[in-house]
Order: sequence, then structure tokens, then C-alpha cells
Amino acid sequence: MIAIVFCIALGVAGMAAPVEASQEDANAAAAAPPVPPAPAPVRQPDGSVADLDAKLVICDPDAPPVSGAGVTSIFEPESPPSREIRELGFLVFAICIGIFVVVQGFLVLAIVRGVRSRRAAGREGEGGSAEPTQVYGSVPIEVAWTVIPTIIVFVLTMVTIRTIRDIDITSPPEDALEVIVIGHQWWWEFRYPDEAGEVVTANEMHVPVGRPIWLRLESADVIHSFWVPRLAGKMDLIPGRTNYTWFEAERAGIYLGQCAEYCGTQHAHMLIRVYADEPEAFDAWLDAQRKPGVEDPTVAEGRRVFAEYACLNCHTVDGTSDGMFGPNLTHLASRDTIGSGFIPLNRENLRAWIDDPAQLKIGCNMPSLKLDAAELDAVTDYLLTLN
Amino acid sequence: MQWAISVDHKKLALMYIGAGLCFFLVAGLEAAFMRLQLARAENDVIDPETFNQLFTMHGTTMVFLVGMPILLGFGNYLIPLMVGARDMAFPRLNAFGFWLFIFGGLLLYFSYLGADGLYGAGTAPDVGWFAYAPLTSRTFSRGNSTDYWILGIMVSGFGSMTTAINFIATILCMRCPGMTLMRMPMIGWMMLVVAFLVLVAIPILTGAQIMLLLDRTLGAHFFDPETQGSAILWQHLFWFFGHPEVYILILPAFGFVSEIMPTFSRKVLFGYPLMVAATVGIGFISLGVWAHHMFVVGLGPVLDSFFGATTFLISVPTGIKIFNWLGTMWGGRLHFTTPMLFVTGFVAMFVIGGLTGIMLATVPLTWQLSDSYFVVGHFHYVLFGGTVFGIFGAIFYWFPKATGRLLDERLGKWTFWLLFIGFTLTFMPMHVSGALGMPRRIYTYEADRGWEIWNLISSIGVPVQMAGVAIFLWNAIRALRRGPVAGDDPWDAWTLEWGTTSPPPEWNFDRIPTCTSARPLWDRKNPEDPDAYYE
Repeated sequence: MIAIVFCIALGVAGMAAPVEASQEDANAAAAAPPVPPAPAPVRQPDGSVADLDAKLVICDPDAPPVSGAGVTSIFEPESPPSREIRELGFLVFAICIGIFVVVQGFLVLAIVRGVRSRRAAGREGEGGSAEPTQVYGSVPIEVAWTVIPTIIVFVLTMVTIRTIRDIDITSPPEDALEVIVIGHQWWWEFRYPDEAGEVVTANEMHVPVGRPIWLRLESADVIHSFWVPRLAGKMDLIPGRTNYTWFEAERAGIYLGQCAEYCGTQHAHMLIRVYADEPEAFDAWLDAQRKPGVEDPTVAEGRRVFAEYACLNCHTVDGTSDGMFGPNLTHLASRDTIGSGFIPLNRENLRAWIDDPAQLKIGCNMPSLKLDAAELDAVTDYLLTLN
Repeated sequence: MQWAISVDHKKLALMYIGAGLCFFLVAGLEAAFMRLQLARAENDVIDPETFNQLFTMHGTTMVFLVGMPILLGFGNYLIPLMVGARDMAFPRLNAFGFWLFIFGGLLLYFSYLGADGLYGAGTAPDVGWFAYAPLTSRTFSRGNSTDYWILGIMVSGFGSMTTAINFIATILCMRCPGMTLMRMPMIGWMMLVVAFLVLVAIPILTGAQIMLLLDRTLGAHFFDPETQGSAILWQHLFWFFGHPEVYILILPAFGFVSEIMPTFSRKVLFGYPLMVAATVGIGFISLGVWAHHMFVVGLGPVLDSFFGATTFLISVPTGIKIFNWLGTMWGGRLHFTTPMLFVTGFVAMFVIGGLTGIMLATVPLTWQLSDSYFVVGHFHYVLFGGTVFGIFGAIFYWFPKATGRLLDERLGKWTFWLLFIGFTLTFMPMHVSGALGMPRRIYTYEADRGWEIWNLISSIGVPVQMAGVAIFLWNAIRALRRGPVAGDDPWDAWTLEWGTTSPPPEWNFDRIPTCTSARPLWDRKNPEDPDAYYE
């Protein structure tokens, strides 16, 4: 019974994936926006919950197609490491299902035979023997069920080691683009080392399609873990240590993930959004991100508020401030979300966030600066010009 | 009062089990609140701080205040009776260990009231049951809740160590005449290996906790990466304790199965010597698998491969046990009493937990599944489907011995089926939500991920399990008041505890028994065909 439940569950979730994926390859151009727009109820400053669906769709329609298993399913890889892991996973799963069927089969058989034998003995009554034949053991059988599992285990070890070597996270793939990922409580910092000037952004990572991305993982505080299931397995970000992993997005679109190592109060809201862009689009994005912050004279008041209050202690806006504790805001308005990927960026949300971040993200490290309404409007307008 | 000052192993054991069951109810309630919060996406029944405290306390309680004391309690009750001794080797040390456990448990739970001292009440530990550095440092864990976690577990840990010493001394020195080690009931072997594992593993945890306490209170830098300390050192130390701990929690349950299954199959345990070898083998290998909890730490391909291989290897002796139990059932005459239902359920569930364990030993697969709900599903199959089912089987089996009264079979079967169905509903879908990318320990999740339905099913299983537990409690209370009298040997079993009265006198046996085989009562009941003949 359990086997059936398990098979159906995994079948629904994943087994259909490869088939449907190939169909989608065939008519990728015709693929309708596959990800249902996410209703994103976000708590308002007054405590009410508003459906922001109408204002901004958090999952963009250009996300790569999914067959229905889900936008973070390990069964729908779009990158070599996660694809290899899925293949290995199917192999190991098949072996385990085989063992499962054999063992549970013998269990059921033993139960059926045992109950029947008890009933038969009961009918015979006092005439039959009081107890069944006592079997103390059997050397050949016991040797068999020691040796056979050992062989299976040996095979499993070999295929495991082979896949570890195939994926190889010990050295960067050829022609890889290096991105430094720094985990913070509770947001992500992405740095693109580049001779033309380092680009720094937060929570939304842009990468070119078809080029390996070599991730250098570090932490600013506690242990986090970078996990975007459709691109690669997870790897921890550990303070005082540098880890590496890599992926290569095979299709343009948005890949979702989140922190996978418990890191404190808002571990649940430390989401990752990886935007896989076509190479030209990526280069354009990189060029745009390299520019200093826009200085629009119409929002000078907001800039003054930003510089006068504590904002600049934590946030960098190139040309205005150089705080390091919070996300770099130089091109904030070019992003889709705030609060590490779970609040759609729009004027209303941004204003509510600046007013009191804890209303939207309890325990968040950014304090409320108790700005008055005019100051809030001004600084919100200012930040929205930073594209 | 008679109980409070008692050094009788049976009274202490019953207090261990009773206290463990009370903590079981508390931990179950904590889990129920978590499932309530996760039943829907973007739910806000419980705020993140409370949620983080709930899973920390649930895990810590289940491991240290439910699993350990109940299993050590059964060891306490059964070892002297089954090896034919009058009490444990060190009765006073035994009482000392028990009261340390109680004190440690209460200290941990006192944190709900006083952990933040002047800051206010209601701040239990929230660092997770494995309390990874540097989240536990003064910088990231303010107040005193983490100190309560350290001290509570440390105190009850000392209790476990004294109990382990007692087990070893009793098993090695106090077996009755004729009971060689290879004629000891299988549960004796399990408890012996467990005791050694406790003595190896718990001091490592205690040492690590002292280091952490020094970090927090005296400004040491063991785990502080800012000052050349190592965050990974904590993980190595914790899991060097943590993985043997898993076997500490499962081996006694293996012992229950190895006693209960033969009785209700009416057959001798199949392959006793190989079973002993497998148990000792598990004991040794379990000390060399700890870094499979750390496959995403980045230890490198060599260490990852090594620990993957040892983890695969441990499935061999574990598999032997399962096959030997099947061999025991095979050709037997099966009586499906409640204890037999529970141990059969144990085997079926544990096979699933073992197989998902094999998947998790596959290192690259664990790069995806580690710290996801798949892992939560896996270890609940081992520790709930395994250990807790084993404990329920043991309670139904030995309740008549300890109280002299039988539990009701009809209610017992209701308990089993409700627990079995509720358990499957709750934990089977977790494998799916984990594979769909849901990390563990998140207090809420986005609606667009496709996780909601699986979480809803998981949550629906909770009231079903609660009904099962409620029926069990009612059953126990009713049986204590007016259950049918059990007699000395209600199951027609073969080990020494059934040869004395129910409940046994304080001195256990009027005359110290002697035995000629692993089943002394079989030999007495079947003088024409004694086991001794086949040795």
C-alpha cells in the first residue's frame, strides 16, 4: 500500500517530467506562460492582507516551462549538475524500489503464511504439535543475505563516486563566469568581479544562458546554504571559509530557490531568484549595473532624507553612500522584488517596507526609522528612480 | 515518596518511561502547532520566532527527553529481569542518573519561563536541535535560551552516561548461572552496544557543549570564525555524537522486535549469532559515518566519497537484521496481538526509512535533498516508524509484566491503525515536498511552489495520530484501574522475566534462576526438545 502511495506521489511529481520537457522543447516558442501567477498576499502596514496580484506578478511569464511538478522541483533540471543528479537519483530510486518490493513482498508472504498456519494449527486442536518447527538459522541463507546486499552497496558506492567526479565542484569549468555569493541574515549579496568595474547586486542574480557559472560562496554572519534545485545541488556558505559550486542554465528564464540551512528568524524568507538571460541581454544588464546611481534632480529631497538619516550607514548607492551592512541599492529599481525575493517591488510595498520592515518581515535586521509621511514619500520616490 | 527515594530498577524504569511519555505529549503538541502553521502557504497562525522555538524544542525533546529516557527506562526494567539478577549493579547510581535526566529536562523547559531573564518570558531555545555555530554565539543568539539548551542537555547527558555504565556492569557481571553472553536475550546485546555507544558519543557532545558555553560566557573562540575559530568544528563534534545517537535510539527498538517477534511467531529468533555480529558491526560502523550529515559543507570529493561508502556499508548489517526477522516470521504461527502489530509495522516502516537512507547516502543526490523535507520524512520513518512504533510494541508487550494487568486488545488495535495511517499521511508526503524543493525549518512558504497540497496532507495526519495516542492513554488508565489480571506469563514467552510474578517482587526472583540456553523458559516448557540440544 505504501509503495503504491509513494510511487503515485513521485510519479505525479516527477516521472512525467522528462516526457513533457521534450514536448516542450519541440514547441518551445508556442509555450504559453506556464507558471501560474502567484497571488502574493503581503501584509499592509495596518496589518491587513492585500492581494498584490493585480499590481505585479512575482513569477514572470518568461520563466522556463515546468511540467507541473513545481518551479523548484529537482525533477526538472535545466543545468548539467542537476540533470546528472536526477539521472543518478532515478537509478538509486529504481534499485531501492526493487529492494522495497522484494522485502515487503516477503513480509506480506510471511504474514499470510503465518496466519494461515496458525489457523490450521488451531483447527487441528490438541492433535497437532503445540509449536511450529524451530529453525535456529541457516548458514547458506545468512551468507546469501550478507553477500548480496554487500554487492549492491558496492555498486551504489561506485556510481556515487562516479557522479561526484562528473559534477566536479573542485575546479571551475572552462570559460566560467565567476560570481561571488555572500549570505547575510536574511538576504543574498551577489558580486561580479570584472575588470571594467565590480558589479554588486542583491537577491536577484543575473547570469548568461549557456555559460558555466562558477559560484564562490561566503558568509557574512552565520551558515547559509545556496539552493536553486533546477540548477544545481545546494552548497553551504560558511563564515571563515570559501566554498564553490557551479551550474549552467540551459534555457532563459527565472529559476527560484532559497536558503536551505537554518540561519535564524527569517530563514524562510531568504529567497533566491536567478535570472538566466540571453548573452546579449546579460551584457546589457551588466553594463547598466556598472553605472553609478542615477541623480535625478526631481527627487533631490528624497536623496537628502536618505543621506541624512541612517540609511546610508548600511546601504550603498554608488556616488551617494557606501554602507555595507544591507543590500546595495544603486540599481534597486531594476529589480522585481524587495525583502529577499518575496515582496514584489512597487511603490506601495517599498513605502511600507521603509516605514517599518518588521511589519512585512518580522525580525528583520533593518530598523524602522520612524520617518514622517512626507519623508517616506520622498525617499520612496528617490529609490524608485535608481534603475 | 516511596517512588522518590526508590533505588529499585523497576520503579526507576517506570518513572523513566512515565516521564518520557509526558515529554512525548509535549513534543507532539509542539509538532502539531508546526503542522497547523504549515497546513497552508503563507499562513500566519504562528510567528517565526515561536515557530523556530517549536522545532528546536520538538527535536531536542524527542531525542533527549523522549527517546533516550524511554529506551533507557526499558533497559533498566528488563536487563536485570532478563539476565536473572536482583537489581542493576549500581542501584544508587541508577537513581542518580534518573534524577539528573528529570532535572535536565525541567531545566530545558524552564527556558520557556525564564530564558531571557529581565528581557521577559517566552523565549525557549531557537537554534535548532543541532545548534549550528555560529548561530549559537552571543552575537546571533542573545539572551540565555541557548545556555538553557546547553545546560539542560548536558545535565541529562550525565544521567545517560551513568546509566550506560550501569548497563555494562550489570550485563557483564550479573548474568545468572548458565547465561553465557551468547545465551543472553537479544535485547541484552542491543543494550550492551547502546551503552558503549552512549559512553563514546555523549561525552563528545558534553565536551562540545562546554566549549560552546565557554564561547558564550567567557569569551573563548572555539567556534567563532571571526577569531580563527571554526564553525565546522561544531558540526564534526556534534555529528560524531549525533550519528551514534541515532543508533542509540534505534538499537533498543531492534531489541524489542527481536523479543516480541519470536514470541508471537512461536519460533526461536532466526540466526542469533549473525544478529549479534550485525549489532556489534552497526555499533562500530556507526562511529564512522558522521560526516554524511555534512555533504553540503564542502568537505571535498575524497571525504564525501568515504562517508558515502561507510553509510552504504552500514545498511548491510541493518539489512541482515531485517532479513533475520523475516526468517523468524517465516514458517511461524503468527498471533497478531497489538505488540506484534506494532513490531510488524516497525519492520515495514523501517525498511522505508532505511531505503531513503540509502538514497541519502548517494552524495550528489544529498546535495539536492539535504536539509529538505525529504530528510525530515526519512528520519521520521526511522525514529517514529521505527523507534516510537517499537516503544509502543514494547509497552503493550511488557505492560502486563510491570502492572499485572492486560491492556485492552481492541483499543490497542485502534491505536496501532490510527498511528499507522496518521503516520503515513504525515510523513510520506514530506518526501515529495522535499523533492519539490521545500527546505526544512521554514515557518512559511510561497504559494507558487506546488508544496501546499503535500503540506496539507501532512497536517491532516496529525489529528489522526493524536486520536491514536489519546486512545492509548485511555487504554492505559483503564487497564491500571480495572484491566484483566495478566498472570505471570500471558504471552507464553520464553525469557526469564516471564518466570517471575507480575509485577515482579522488589527482589525479582525468589531464587536466582539458572539457564541452559537463550530461551530458559522454552527449555522448561519443552523438556523433550530443549534449545540446549541445538547449541
